[in-house]
Amino acid sequence: MIGKSPASNASPSATTATRVYLDYNATTPVEPAVLDAMLPYFTENFANASSIHTPGQRARSAVETAREQVAVLIGANPKEIVFTSGGTESDNHAIFGIDASHLECSTSLACSRHIITSAIEHEAVLNACQELEKRGVSVTYLPFDKNGLVDPAAVRTAIRPETVLITIMHANNELGTVQPLEKIGRIAAEADIYFHTDAVQSVGKIPVDVNTLGVDLLGLSGHKIYAPKGIGALYIRSGTRLPQLLYGGHHQRGARPGTENVAGIVGLGAAAAIARQSLTEDAARVSALRDRLEFEILARVPDTRANAAAAPRTPNTTNIIFSGVEGEALLIALDLRGLACSTGAACSSGAVEPSHVLTAIGLTPEDARASLRFSLGRHTTSDEIDFALQVVPAAVTHLRSLSSTYGRTSAVVAQRV
Amino acid sequence: MNNETQLEALPVVETTESHVVAVAMSGGVDSSAVAALLQQQGRGVIGLTMQLWNQRRLPELQGNGPAQHRCCSLDDVYDAKRVAQHLNFPHYVVNFEEHFEERVVRPFVDQYLSGRTPIACTNCNTDVKFEPLLRMARQIGAAKLATGHYARIRKNESTQRWELLRARDDSKDQSYFLWGLTQEQLSRSEFPLGELSKDEVRELARAANLPVAEKPESMELCFVPTGNYVQFIQAYSAERGIALNRSEGEIVNEAGEVVGHHNGVHNFTIGQRKGLGFAAGKPLYVLSIDAAKNRVVVGDDETLRTATCEVESVNWVSIDAPTQAIRAMVKIRHKHEPAVATVEVIGGAENNSQFGGNVRVTFDAPQRAITRGQGAVLYNEDGHVLAGGWIR
Repeated sequence: MIGKSPASNASPSATTATRVYLDYNATTPVEPAVLDAMLPYFTENFANASSIHTPGQRARSAVETAREQVAVLIGANPKEIVFTSGGTESDNHAIFGIDASHLECSTSLACSRHIITSAIEHEAVLNACQELEKRGVSVTYLPFDKNGLVDPAAVRTAIRPETVLITIMHANNELGTVQPLEKIGRIAAEADIYFHTDAVQSVGKIPVDVNTLGVDLLGLSGHKIYAPKGIGALYIRSGTRLPQLLYGGHHQRGARPGTENVAGIVGLGAAAAIARQSLTEDAARVSALRDRLEFEILARVPDTRANAAAAPRTPNTTNIIFSGVEGEALLIALDLRGLACSTGAACSSGAVEPSHVLTAIGLTPEDARASLRFSLGRHTTSDEIDFALQVVPAAVTHLRSLSSTYGRTSAVVAQRV
Repeated sequence: MNNETQLEALPVVETTESHVVAVAMSGGVDSSAVAALLQQQGRGVIGLTMQLWNQRRLPELQGNGPAQHRCCSLDDVYDAKRVAQHLNFPHYVVNFEEHFEERVVRPFVDQYLSGRTPIACTNCNTDVKFEPLLRMARQIGAAKLATGHYARIRKNESTQRWELLRARDDSKDQSYFLWGLTQEQLSRSEFPLGELSKDEVRELARAANLPVAEKPESMELCFVPTGNYVQFIQAYSAERGIALNRSEGEIVNEAGEVVGHHNGVHNFTIGQRKGLGFAAGKPLYVLSIDAAKNRVVVGDDETLRTATCEVESVNWVSIDAPTQAIRAMVKIRHKHEPAVATVEVIGGAENNSQFGGNVRVTFDAPQRAITRGQGAVLYNEDGHVLAGGWIR
């Protein structure tokens, strides 16, 4: 049977009839209203926002409106928003910038720097910290409990006289777990240490307010909130001394030189405005769908477990262990049946790499390899969840029937006992 | 576990499974041609490219050469993806890095350090391509795995055995590297190029407008793109924190007289002449390597020739293990012309059907440089691979 059948891998083709996308944590489509807002800035309103003439002033005005829209979404002042090329640049700017601001010191003792971060950060933070380690900065990678949460008390314990930055992500991309940033923020404020968060996975999904969280720096990304790829923002609390990362013109008060990506900025602003408006409604609807997906998979497929399900999570994410299954094979089998989801992190070739997040929360390498992430979005429908609930159990059953280990391990153990 | 209700809800994949074939795609012309050929035959094709080695590892070995043909180079992966896009079939990269290191790279280095001269490609076929990759192919709904190997598989209806044969194009034949395949593995594999010549394969690739039709061939061991094994072994061992024995060792002749010194047995392979590092009246060749005593034995070309060797871990491929001595053509290294020999099973008879048995090979005429760690492959006159094993 070919066509709309979920088993259309009978005749594999790169274009399957039915395609369901449950990988919104990887990226989101650009919202039609966002695209509409952007389009004029590619053509008739193409001017440079730094130009003095009227068309330039129009572009400037659009950029500043967007800055306001982004600021409002996270409870910040527009002056505290710098547009960047995305989440990676925002996080790098915050981390390398804070480090650089502590380079000018009179004695070698004062020069020693220490950063506190966590073991489940995104690579944009993790690899930046590892680079700083190579340059002589000491870094503490805080461990996690099995629910993927960092213990604020551990942050307090890790603080040293030379600690210059605490950087802890808000929501985790693989698990959806939301960290207790308010408590960490208070600890950072008491100790007078800069506090940065990678909020790429939380902004637009749950309420984010920089003052409630107590953060000094916050990175966010456009393409996770239905704006295009290649645009993001960094919130810099006023009064924070953050040297620029790039050198060039005086754009964005010199904080981030480079001719502004006006269309991208307008898109980010429009996406932020929509997110602010629809966040509560989206979250309620999406979390209901996510909960149904998770509950039904756990109910219909034996030997499954949801990772970090007891922790506060973003409403759209579920991460499930399918014991005895190669996650990589399941991912491909599901894609061939028309369902797009994700496992661990992909490397540049597109191969699946072992997830540092899942091993950091205490999963065995086997369970980490057997885990799959489903992340829903604003456009996910109930029908799509039905489709997933049709193909996932079937694919898992098929894989397990071929597995050399599944179902045998227990028999072997039983014999030995 | 009873999930039949869910299975019934779907058209069962198995009913059409034989139609679907996974193609192991390296990004080269051969495996790309396989994909095109099978698709032309009306098969459903799924492309799989293995990620086997992290290129960023051991960067000192990367040299300045072209990025292509470095193991798992991104260029090769993208080439495979381009072919899949061009022909419009699904393609995935699958990660077997850990498996490859454990089953291929580490044994390769360990064997070298113990004085053997290993072949990584045979292990890669037996333990990677036709093991986890074949398993992956089956898991994602393909009944068979096709590769770009030049060799042939046939089912013998009278013996019910799957037989492995040399390729029709003798100059491209790769059956020497495939003797480790079990009956189960052979039954689930396809070598569509076995009946074709390299020229015909290129022609096929051109006719299908494959973006890799003119791509040059890779010859080197994939994880040692420079071809310098010694350098690789040194770098890999250093990364693992293993100090190589570089202490000076003796080079002796067959009489045990010291004729020179060396700084590490890993620098030598049997039959090697170049690089002995000392002058001799006549050409001297490495006869044997004793890693435990850190000693290299050399001799002239005549003493390098021997008529017998023992082969271990023998896998009987096209025939059952024989109960009496048989005559066969035996090939002892990739570029060796198979030579007539008598072969008798000498042990491991309790599991004679699969791996474990040993044989003694007695050549009619002495052969040059029979090397421990290389494969010995038995052929009959029709080009069937009867068996293969490791020279010990």
